[in-house]
Amino acid sequence: MKKLISLFLALVLALGCLAGCSSGTDTDAPAADGAGTDSGATADNVVRIGVFEPASGDNGAGGKQETLGIQYGLAVQPTVEIGGTEYTVELVYADNQSANDKAISAAQTLVSAGVSVVLGSYGSGVSIAASDVFGDNGIPAIGVTCTNPQVTAGNEHYFRVCFIESFQGPVLANFAKSLGATRAYCLAKQGDDYSVGLCNYFMEAFGEADCFYETFPEGTSDFSTYVTNAKNQGCNVFFSPTSTEAAALIIDQAATQDLGMPILAGDTWDSNVIANAAQGKNNIEIYVTTFYQEGGDPEFDEAFRQWINSDETNLANNGGNDMVSGLSVMGYDAYFVALEALKAAGSTEPADVMAALWDVSYEGVTGLIEFDEIGDAVRNEAYVKQCNTETGQWDFVAVQGVE
Amino acid sequence: MEFFNANLPYLLSGISVGGQYALIAIGYTMVYGILRLINFAHGDVFMVAGLMMVYLSTAVPIYAAIPLVIVLTVLLGFVIEKVAYQPLRTAPRMSVMISAIGVSYLLQNLALYITGGLNQNYPALPWISDTITVFGAATKRVTVITPFLTIALVVVLVLLINHTKIGMAMRAVSRDFETSQLMGIKINRVISVTFVIGSFLAAVGSMLYFSNYPGVTPTVGAMPGLKAFVAAVFGGIGSVPGAVIGAFLIGICENIIKALDTILMQLGVIQSGLGLATFSDAFTFVLLIVVLVAKPTGLFGEKATDKV
Repeated sequence: MKKLISLFLALVLALGCLAGCSSGTDTDAPAADGAGTDSGATADNVVRIGVFEPASGDNGAGGKQETLGIQYGLAVQPTVEIGGTEYTVELVYADNQSANDKAISAAQTLVSAGVSVVLGSYGSGVSIAASDVFGDNGIPAIGVTCTNPQVTAGNEHYFRVCFIESFQGPVLANFAKSLGATRAYCLAKQGDDYSVGLCNYFMEAFGEADCFYETFPEGTSDFSTYVTNAKNQGCNVFFSPTSTEAAALIIDQAATQDLGMPILAGDTWDSNVIANAAQGKNNIEIYVTTFYQEGGDPEFDEAFRQWINSDETNLANNGGNDMVSGLSVMGYDAYFVALEALKAAGSTEPADVMAALWDVSYEGVTGLIEFDEIGDAVRNEAYVKQCNTETGQWDFVAVQGVE
Repeated sequence: MEFFNANLPYLLSGISVGGQYALIAIGYTMVYGILRLINFAHGDVFMVAGLMMVYLSTAVPIYAAIPLVIVLTVLLGFVIEKVAYQPLRTAPRMSVMISAIGVSYLLQNLALYITGGLNQNYPALPWISDTITVFGAATKRVTVITPFLTIALVVVLVLLINHTKIGMAMRAVSRDFETSQLMGIKINRVISVTFVIGSFLAAVGSMLYFSNYPGVTPTVGAMPGLKAFVAAVFGGIGSVPGAVIGAFLIGICENIIKALDTILMQLGVIQSGLGLATFSDAFTFVLLIVVLVAKPTGLFGEKATDKV
């Protein structure tokens, strides 16, 4: 009898697992959101766009802000005309948890949900990891802010609307030199495609001999030693294009030990997580390069703020305030690029959308978006911002090119 | 002297992080000493203590939040033992261990659900979060306090184990579980006290740790938990002084390895960085293997009387 009961329990468990899998596609929304899909459309005339973003893990904060931009795009333009018929857009979410191993199953979720095109992800590593899943199923993907060249290189299906590291690295190196820096401390996370890649391009442009490069392992909380290393190495700029989680800890240590040199980072640090962490720490200077400067399009900013403030979940996902992040703006632009491609394709077939994407030309909030032969958007300028440690806001510094 | 001044920060952060590992390691080692159970959920109790402080500090004044966090963490450890371990007292040891892993994931996922996976900024605790200067090295006051507080707590704990009735009961239980039961020792009470002490130290450890490194995420307990566990094994699992010494050694070693490139360059031994910092964690574990090969019971694991 006892054995029978255990057998029964085991069966229930197994069935429960299976049930969980089959309904996974429509319940896989970001936990905080609660809703799997964003529109109550009927079964016909629905076009699904996959949102492949981290809602948790190292890059959860950034992923959520990028998703917000996409959701705002949907709120502004919930329908699209494809081949003469009005289609309702439905967003399908998959949380890749900022982890390369989880990215693949998240991507498979989107594939089985039957999406026509995928947006994302924040973080290059997860995009590279999931790339083959999209490619094998013939689904085009549009990277929003993944800046590693490998995302789009050597494949036909991955596109991207932002600039890439081989551009951003030299831009940052030039900016560091314009600050008068002669020796740079570079800190990357071990095995992280984004920070290691960006550090390499930075060092190439800055001069390898003038850089001191170190990596820290996953799960590090103690950055005090790295900060001391930078001081003892006689560096005069601290380059650490890490995730925002590590960033908050680095900033805290830099303030405690009175680092005494500017901290430079890439687009990931353009986040109010950083601004909040740095607020009130008046002995540090932080500069970042980014895709968009708040105030670049006041009308858009205003409308986006209103939308953020209209809903508490949005507000929480944006880090508790209504600052306009470059990530959200890029997400918004990527959403409209996807709509343009759907219109041009005249069908919801992924293959048609992929073919149409090459010729898309769209004037977005962040400028004209057109793809080159690799699938990258043509970009030649980045915005440099400085964190104002008194107000906890980002101040515009300069528009910086490679030259 | 200049060399000393430049490198003092490494030693300071090593000693301080070592003290924080020590407070967690005691929790592992005591539970192992008595139950022969590796309490995998301990690192997560540490994380939950951090999260409690994040949320409580917004609701009540910080002076009230500190004792409240300690009390709630102790309660959490107590409840975990009652709910997840006590019913399995007669089950095979493996089942209890699986139960511990289950609790660990439960806590992590609960934290993930509550925080939404985002990094939470730990509040600055008054006084101990202030920046001070020690021999020209700027650091937080907590860095200096940690080793002293750790040693003070350990002394109290050792006195408790050696000179009180409950301490005697703990030693007896760690020697022979069944015989001490026959002698009229209330096993469940002794085990509860062990978990209470372990959780109390984890709560204190979390305050010190997060004051230094103020970011709380659902998985933040994993690394310190693992290092503390290594420290407990290193010092001889079951031995309180062993765990403390192991923790300090590991904390100092890993910080020196991270800084080794820079130190060697200052001394003129090498001209450019070798990237040794990459191996800071690997080195910690290699050290563990070496010690265990040479001395399988750990540094202090030999004498059976040191079990608690």
